[in-house]
Formats: sequence, structure tokens, C-alpha cells
Amino acid sequence: MRDVAVVATAQHQVAALTGTTEVQLMVPLLNAVRDAIGLTQADIGFTCSGSSDFLAGQAFSFVHTLDAVGSVPPICESHVEMDGAFALYEAWVKIQTGAADTALVYGYGKSSPGSLRDVLALQLDPYYVAPLWPTADAVAALQARLLLESGVSGAGELAEIAVRSMRHAVGSPHAVRSSADVTVADVLAEAPVADPLRPSDIAAEADGGCAVVLAAGDLARGLCERPAWIRGIDHRIDAHGLGVRDLTRSPSAAAAAVGAGAGDDRLDFAELHGLYTSQEAILVRELDLDDDLLVNPSGGALAGNTTMAAGLMRIAEAAARISAGEGDRALAHATSGPCLQQNLVCVLEGE
Amino acid sequence: MSDPDVPPSALSGDVTLPAVLRDVEPVRSVRTPIRLEYSVTAGSAAEAYLRAYAEKRIVGHRSPVDGAVFIPPRGVDPRYGQETTEEVELAHTGHVGSFCVTHLPIPGRSDLVPPYVSAWIHLDGSAIGFLGLVAGCANEDVRIGMRVRAVWKPDGELGPTSESILHWEPTGEPDVPFERAGNRAWRAGGPDGRDGRQERGDA
Amino acid sequence: MGDGGGLRADLVLEYPFTRTTGPVIGAFLTGLREGVITGIRRSDGTVMVPPVEYDPVTSEPLTEIVEVAACGEVVSWTWVDPPRPQSPWDEPHGLALIMLDGTDTPLLHGVLVGSAAELWTGMRVEAVWRDERVGHICDLAGFAPEVPGAVA
Repeated sequence: MRDVAVVATAQHQVAALTGTTEVQLMVPLLNAVRDAIGLTQADIGFTCSGSSDFLAGQAFSFVHTLDAVGSVPPICESHVEMDGAFALYEAWVKIQTGAADTALVYGYGKSSPGSLRDVLALQLDPYYVAPLWPTADAVAALQARLLLESGVSGAGELAEIAVRSMRHAVGSPHAVRSSADVTVADVLAEAPVADPLRPSDIAAEADGGCAVVLAAGDLARGLCERPAWIRGIDHRIDAHGLGVRDLTRSPSAAAAAVGAGAGDDRLDFAELHGLYTSQEAILVRELDLDDDLLVNPSGGALAGNTTMAAGLMRIAEAAARISAGEGDRALAHATSGPCLQQNLVCVLEGE
Repeated sequence: MSDPDVPPSALSGDVTLPAVLRDVEPVRSVRTPIRLEYSVTAGSAAEAYLRAYAEKRIVGHRSPVDGAVFIPPRGVDPRYGQETTEEVELAHTGHVGSFCVTHLPIPGRSDLVPPYVSAWIHLDGSAIGFLGLVAGCANEDVRIGMRVRAVWKPDGELGPTSESILHWEPTGEPDVPFERAGNRAWRAGGPDGRDGRQERGDA
Repeated sequence: MGDGGGLRADLVLEYPFTRTTGPVIGAFLTGLREGVITGIRRSDGTVMVPPVEYDPVTSEPLTEIVEVAACGEVVSWTWVDPPRPQSPWDEPHGLALIMLDGTDTPLLHGVLVGSAAELWTGMRVEAVWRDERVGHICDLAGFAPEVPGAVA
């Protein structure tokens, strides 16, 4: 296996973009990551992105966004209709095959022009479920209620997760929701909007993008003073039927963590892509994280969720902290599908 | 050739039904229409472009890399991923870079009466073309290189939309020669003097 | 990246989609048209509702469609207010995972009550059928609190 590292990251995230297209959003981010390490697009061996046409309201919208990359002369490029974290996985595989030594990975989403809750309803079973148009929050609420009524997690635990996210997010330029003094009591006093989920239990919707550069071996060491090495990366998926699996568990998350070797050594922190406090509670258990582990120092996706980029942002946040010397080994997680159906775990380490 | 309605036998078995379903006509398909609504904002570059139409102006953006002018402006030189900010006013004349005669009606577009001609309109000064209708001549007279001018809606009907231009009509001037017609963004050299076409091995 | 100044355009994406159903999903929808709910038996003897073509654990093809009860128990629920414009319900409603009697996987559908206070895990509900049915998940108008003593 080749050693592959994250050598540069850039993010932008706001509550809603108005006069900025996805292309205009990505131009500065893509230039920033290349400029940070002195690479041009011609030096990039493979480019891979994650985004959603349904979010953009346009078929093949990712082709349009290639305007931000610069594809003259033609580039080697791929795309996933998923969070950019899964694009990063594909780029990692590409480098493993030896077909590239560097990769530019990005994910972006502008959900504000449409209705995210309606778009996400369409990822559900088209015969049995989607025609009922259940919103993502309603589906997550079903999972949250099962979790609470099983006794495995309490309402106070979920409120603590919300508070922790908001407090960690203070000072982050990418956070859409943050608060230095919100309390558990404040959260528990909120009226549920998708019973039993309260507004603070639900990730704050955002528009934005994230770009990352991967490089292999000594090339990475030459580009960046302290690369964040990908020591393990794996993703698994569970059955899609909501009634077919135990929604209080996420076997795919547990399996991905094992596959990525998360438990092989001590972790300094974790960045989790739970979109609901209930999901973060499930993930902490399934990923077998210690109770006192620092989770989501960035605030996590709860503090700002750019659909199609929030998972890649977890990897970028973890890599940036490691590169800055704020930790040696971290777990970054990304999810896809309803109720933690599909999960990716990436273990990062500084040398 | 296998019957497309019958799944391959190795992948499925014969389904057995309860008595209540055995003698009724089976459901074979189900209608599941979807509808998604968006309220789309124009990016800053597109907004300026659209507002210019209301003033009977056509604008593009000039690339800081080599001066190539792009229309519609999107705030980026798509060849190199570099931001563009310099607005350039373009002439209302140009030529046909390529075209297509459409014979089938588009549902919901009764205003487009077939057969009609849509074309890449290459404005004088622009490196690339953009989509427009060609009218004011017989469809069979439209050709690559044909010089055209914009036909606008009356002043009182102009608005922040490319529909302020009704169509493009021939000017009667001599054609742009075929080998010089069409997309010139390929031929503009990049920052290293690279020619996109040469990179691909084209002549 | 300045503010756009306000030019907006409405965009609607609509797709008609007539989906072929195959013999398993088709059987379930045929059942709904006939006013019955069906499931499919797995090799371990348990019954999955709604039926799917392949066992999600063993991957083997499933073929034995069985009629199941049209009443059962709520295993999880939430309250939807307001309903989405495209949803089949015009009023706020419950959304629940319902384990029909004798089955082993719950069905997702609406619960027709007036408020969240009338929903609880474990409550018994029964199917409410639309008068005109075509073979669609919405042939079920939803589920309502079971009337005590009613025949399942």
C-alpha cells in the first residue's frame, strides 16, 4: 500500500449563498489548495468531486462546476453523486493503483435555492416510501425515538451533544450555528420540530464547498511540512429498507472503523458527520470511541451542514488540525443515505 | 435475445401468491411522479449579464490569462479555473459557428414553431458562441460562417433576460470563412502558449 | 462574491416516472389494490413487509408472498407538521413504523390522528383504505387507532 496524505485543505461555508454560483464558490477554494503547495492543475494526476444534481436542479451539474477547475488541456477526472468524502476514497484508490501521485478532491452543495428536505425524500425507496414524501428530519426522528425509548441514550445526552457542538463551533469561520453559553436546559426547552428532535438536534443547513489535495509518499513530504497521512480508509453500507435493520445501530459504521484500523492506536479526536444528535450518539458507540474522546472540535456537521461536502469537511478539519500540530491521530467519518445507512471512516495521522 | 420483461431465471424464482391474489390482474407498473421546486438566484456575473439585456447591451467577461472573452459570463475562465471580473460590452453582430434545424416540437414551447434553426452565435470579439435562434431567411440558407445581427424586442419590452433578443438575422455581409468560423478559445494560447487543440493531437 | 441583488427565477423539475414493478413489488401493489397487505417469507421463516426481491442478509431470491394482517403496533413515530406539498396528506399527521401482526419488519406509513399527543409507541393501529385503489402505496390512506373488538 502506498502512503497517501492530505497536504492541503480549504473550505467555505455560510448559511446561504445568494449571488454566488457553485462555480464562483469553488474557484477560490480550488486555487487556494493548489497554491498552498505550489501545484498547478497540470501537476494534478486525478481530480474527483462529490455533489448532487438534485441539489442543483440540473442534470450533470458537476460538469458545469469543472469550469472552476480548469480543464484545458483535458484532465483525468471522475465524480460521485455523493459527499466529497467518497470522492476522496476514489482518489485514494486511484493513487493506490499507481495511476496518479496527486489528486484534487472537492465537494460542494448549494441547497438553499431548493428544498433539501424534499430532495432527500427522493433517496428513499421509490415504490414504498418516497411517494409518502417523508422528510429527512421525519425519518431521522423515527431513528431518534427508537434510540431514546430503547434506553440506550437519554434526552439529556442528546442535548449535551447539541451544546458541545455549539460551544466547539465558536470562533470557527465555517460554523453556521454556534454559542458559547447555550445550556442543556436551553436545548431541552426547545419545542420539537420533528418529534422527538428539537431544532438544536438537527444540523444547521448550509451552502458551501471544500477542497483537499492528496499526495503520495515523498512527494507529500516535499509539499507539506506535516502531511496528515491516511493510515486507513474504508466504507460500508447497510440495507436501505428502514424497517429491515435496527435503526439504533449502524453495523456499516462499525465495520468501516474496523476496516480502517481506527482502534489500532490511541485517537486524539474525532470528526463525525452525524446530522442529528441522535446519529452522533449512535456513531460514538458504533465507532467504539472512548467516552472522554474529544468529538467534533470543529462543531461537526451539526454546526453547519453543507450537503455533499460535510463529510469531506470532517476529513479536512481533522487533517488541518493534525498538520497544525493540534493532534497526532484522528478519526474522520462521513455518512450517506438515511439513518446512517452508509459510512466511511478515515484514520489520519501526523508523522 | 432474451425477453426484457422476464428477469433472468438464475436471479429470481417463480413468485408464489396467496389465494386472494391468484386470479386477479397483476399490477405491472406504478406511477410515481416527482416534482422539485427551486428559486434560483443568478450569480453576480450572470446577474450583470441579464440586467444588461434590459439596457439593450450584451456583455461578456475577459479572461485575465490571455484576454479571451466569454459569453455568457460566469465569473470564471473555464479553461484555467481563473476568476474573471472584467466586463466587456460586445457588438450585436457576429456569425453562425454551427447550427441545427429542429423539426420536432418541444412540449410546452409552442412559441418555437418547427422547423426552426438554433445556432451557436459567435459575436464579434467573443472567443466562444452562445445559443440563439436564427430567422429572417430560409432555413436552408443558414450556413456556418453566415454573418448575423441581433433582432431585439421593442424597447418597451426589454427585460433582464436573454429573451430580449428575439432571434438573429443575416446581415447580408460576406461570410466568415469556414476555417475561421466558430470557437476560437482553442486557438488562444494559454499562459504557457499552450494550444488546447494541439495538446489533444489535433492538426 | 457580492450579493446578487435579487434576480430570481423559479425552476420546477418534474418527472413523470411510470415504474415497472416486477413480480414481487407488483404482488404487494396488487394486494393493496385488492385491499390486502402482503409480505414475503424469508428462509428463516420470518415475514418481511413490505416485500423485497432479495433477502437483505442472505441475498437469496425471495418468492413466497403471504397475506398479512392489516393491523398492528406502532414501533416508532414522529409528527409531521406541516405536511410537504407533494405528500399525500393535506393535514398534519403522524408518520410511523408499524409492525403488522404476525410480521417481523415494520411498514412505514401515516397515522391519522389529530395531534402528537394521540401517538405513542405500542399503540394499536389498523389500515384505512382509500375507496378507489390503483395499486400504489397510497391506496392506504394511512393507519388509524384500532377500534377495539374490530376484526383484523
